[in-house]
Amino acid sequence: MEELLRVNNLKTHFFTKKGVVPAVDGVSISVPKSSIIGLVGESGCGKSMTAMSIMQLIQKPGKIIEGSIELEEDNLLTYSKDEMRNIRGNKISMIFQEPMTALNPVYTAGKQVREAITIHHSDVSKEEAKQKVLDIFRAVGIPEPERRYNSYPHQLSGGLRQRVMIGMAMVCNPKLMIADEPTTALDVTIEAQILSLMKDLQKERNTSILMITHNLGVVAEVCDYIYVMYAGKVMEQANTFELFKNTCHPYTYGLLKSIPKITAEKQRLYNIKGVVPNLMRLPKGCRFCPRCDNAVKRCFEEEPSLYKIKSVVENSGEHYVRCFMHEDSGVKYDE
Amino acid sequence: MEDIKNINTLEELRKEYEDTEAEIADSDNIWDKVKNMIKSNKLAAVSLVVILLFCFCAIFAPFVAPHDPTLQNYDNVRAKPSSEYLLGTDELGRDVLSRIIYGSRISLVIGLVPTTISMVLGTILGLIAGFLGKKADFVIMRLADIMLAFPSLLLAMVVMYTLGATLVNIFIALSVVSWAGTARIVRSQTLSLKEKEFVEAARSIGVKDYVIMIRHILPNCLPSLIVLFTMEIPGSILSESSLSFLGIGAQPPASSWGLMVVNGKQWLFSEPWVAISPGVAILILVLAFNFLGDGLRDAIDPYMKE
Amino acid sequence: MVKEFEISGGNFFGKNKPKVHATSNVNISVMDGETFALVGESGCGKSTLGRLMLRLIEPTSGYVEFEGVNINELKDEEMREIRKKMQIIFQDPYASINPRMDVYNIIAEPLVTHKIYESKEQTKEKVKELMAKVGIRPEFINRYPHQFSGGQRQRIGIARALALQPKLIICDEPVSALDVSIQSQILNLLHDLQEEFKLTYLFISHDLSVVRYISNRVCVMFLGKVCEVGDTEELFGNPLHPYTKFLIDAVPKPDPFLRKENKQLLQGEIPSPVNPPKGCRFHTRCPYREDICKELEPELKKMKSRQIACHLVKNV
Repeated sequence: MEELLRVNNLKTHFFTKKGVVPAVDGVSISVPKSSIIGLVGESGCGKSMTAMSIMQLIQKPGKIIEGSIELEEDNLLTYSKDEMRNIRGNKISMIFQEPMTALNPVYTAGKQVREAITIHHSDVSKEEAKQKVLDIFRAVGIPEPERRYNSYPHQLSGGLRQRVMIGMAMVCNPKLMIADEPTTALDVTIEAQILSLMKDLQKERNTSILMITHNLGVVAEVCDYIYVMYAGKVMEQANTFELFKNTCHPYTYGLLKSIPKITAEKQRLYNIKGVVPNLMRLPKGCRFCPRCDNAVKRCFEEEPSLYKIKSVVENSGEHYVRCFMHEDSGVKYDE
Repeated sequence: MEDIKNINTLEELRKEYEDTEAEIADSDNIWDKVKNMIKSNKLAAVSLVVILLFCFCAIFAPFVAPHDPTLQNYDNVRAKPSSEYLLGTDELGRDVLSRIIYGSRISLVIGLVPTTISMVLGTILGLIAGFLGKKADFVIMRLADIMLAFPSLLLAMVVMYTLGATLVNIFIALSVVSWAGTARIVRSQTLSLKEKEFVEAARSIGVKDYVIMIRHILPNCLPSLIVLFTMEIPGSILSESSLSFLGIGAQPPASSWGLMVVNGKQWLFSEPWVAISPGVAILILVLAFNFLGDGLRDAIDPYMKE
Repeated sequence: MVKEFEISGGNFFGKNKPKVHATSNVNISVMDGETFALVGESGCGKSTLGRLMLRLIEPTSGYVEFEGVNINELKDEEMREIRKKMQIIFQDPYASINPRMDVYNIIAEPLVTHKIYESKEQTKEKVKELMAKVGIRPEFINRYPHQFSGGQRQRIGIARALALQPKLIICDEPVSALDVSIQSQILNLLHDLQEEFKLTYLFISHDLSVVRYISNRVCVMFLGKVCEVGDTEELFGNPLHPYTKFLIDAVPKPDPFLRKENKQLLQGEIPSPVNPPKGCRFHTRCPYREDICKELEPELKKMKSRQIACHLVKNV
């Protein structure tokens, strides 16, 4: 599969008065064309910051200090502000968790989506733009598009608002859509609708989606390939089926064992002991080792690299794990 | 691989993280926030120093003032500022500087006492209105609306004319007039705090209403109240000056700054220092309180920025 | 022992304002020692029901019976006594404890309010004991909430709820605002505490996976009405009400091998509780609806161990 976006060894650090927070600390991600990639992890792991870095929406005191972000050959980090503005909403778009705060409450839904068109395509007339908006409203499943065009965000339900956001993100036919916890604030039955919509849109328009979430159920449902992040680094990455069938990293494994499953037998939930470390005081060795059941002395002193291991599921691409337990299994990931 | 599980290290590291969580957290303590403000906001820090200077002068006036503020000297009327009389003398030959220093007592007391009274009154009424709602809310808020609709200076004047121009009456006048603003703010804070889950928790425990108001709601209104306090003080000082200017404030021989301005205004163009010096004193003190209030508000209660 | 709740109403309305039908004609019973879950999407009334049970809000009609006593008829003093036996844990660990009080005062408040101990030392000992029970180091007794993580704050809330040794604890979405790895810690803690103190839980949640894990019986609600009640394993294994079936199907499962192409999804939006649909409240979203569903509200009927409110389900 051709590669659409490649993030190489990205480091985004926050220089605060109390110390440096290495929110994203050497993350490499590859998003192929026409696929759905999952970035999964708990709060503070750096997944949202990775997305913001790709969109170059990082504000002070944060700064991208290392790495490259290549969109089909061009390194986005070399772009000027204007060039980047041309990319946002146009080639790469983003949708957020809280559609109420992401949509401006004083403008109608239609006007906001229309704006997404007119700022990138100044040659399009208002009428044409409105037609495009109505088209995309239909495509995202908004009933009565003409009426909703003139609705204000507060007049729409959570699910509809999210559809408007998706419409705004898709209206310029972006190559990549970044979805940051798009369904976390939605009800279960609405979440299912939105996830199904995103899958359909992805197929129809050949867009790639970078799905950022803490919900392992969501990534299992929609993603082709998953990156598991913890404390600013990627701990494990694999094809979805491979990751769930052959979970290698103790963190991923612990995470999967600790979530209650609607399908499983009642068993006492596993606890990953301890808490997520404060990024300003990271342990010397592996970031996960204080909470790891398999930790040995070496883990406290050295940080492991990403090691490639043999996939169990056929034709599922590459599986990498950041753990000394799998060091001998194979090739080191060239970071 | 040798499995030397370093259990001590695991436990220690875990404890360390729990501790760092606490250390790194931004302090919620008001005093710490004030200290932070002093470090970062120069204007507020300077203002605080100025206010403290005025307070010092007020308390230790007999030691700070170079001359007796009531000593009249008909040979030296409206003298230019000199090394002996740093700000010159007024229309009765009294040292302007000393009168300003002694006058700071009146201004500060007038600034602090009515403000305190009106804030206490406003807080109590605002809490009751917000928490109990319905009739209490209706009555108190309509009363507040009426108070706010009246031109406050006029009301103060009416009170002063009726009760007579004494210091205590000035306190009463200024307190009566300005409780409504505080009440409104406290009421709206109470309304939003009332819905918070920790208040629901207190009710589910069986805590009585008035205890909830004092233990849960009031402390959370405190940051806003502190800021409001520093911003209301200049209002009181200016009101007193206006009242004195109109002749119903402090009475001679007291040396309130407002009174000094009144008495000196006829010589504004010939011997300006007589009227301008006290005027500048008012200006400096009011500005200082305003800047301090801004600084405190930014540091303590960012939600009040409107 | 049965704690029975017959509640209806919980409507909020002014003189001419539209009514919000938060819960309508809800009849449920919670058994001693069980974990009874209330599950549903937004607007279903589960949170309102929880608060009605504690009499934190007054019902428009109906009553709550606790250990045989109708609590809605009690006077303030008597109510305060009953409150010792029922407590609540909230969803938001950041809003459920007073940011201006330290841990000691937060956990001691119930003890002080009801004057359980005579001396401050005794109260302090009890507070430390509670802290240890929920997994917070007793040295932190004088710290303030902002110095704790979300999971720790939730533990403080739990300690506070345990202080009066209640019989019933209402858990209102206690883990929804927490990280995944912390959720399991808190769920296990709740489970252990239930065993140790013989507690009864009313567990309110929108997360079906958590509900399946922790509850004995489940009540599925929609727009203020009960759709289905039954034993957890039975209900999840064989959901009868159409809404229950769609709800369980809609949950994204953390197992890609369970992916279903062309899954049947529930269409449409959730109606507003201000103007609920006539007849069965679910009929606007139900693909199986018939004419009777549009006209008549189904009653909650008892079928073996299940209670179900649907015209279309004739037998189990």
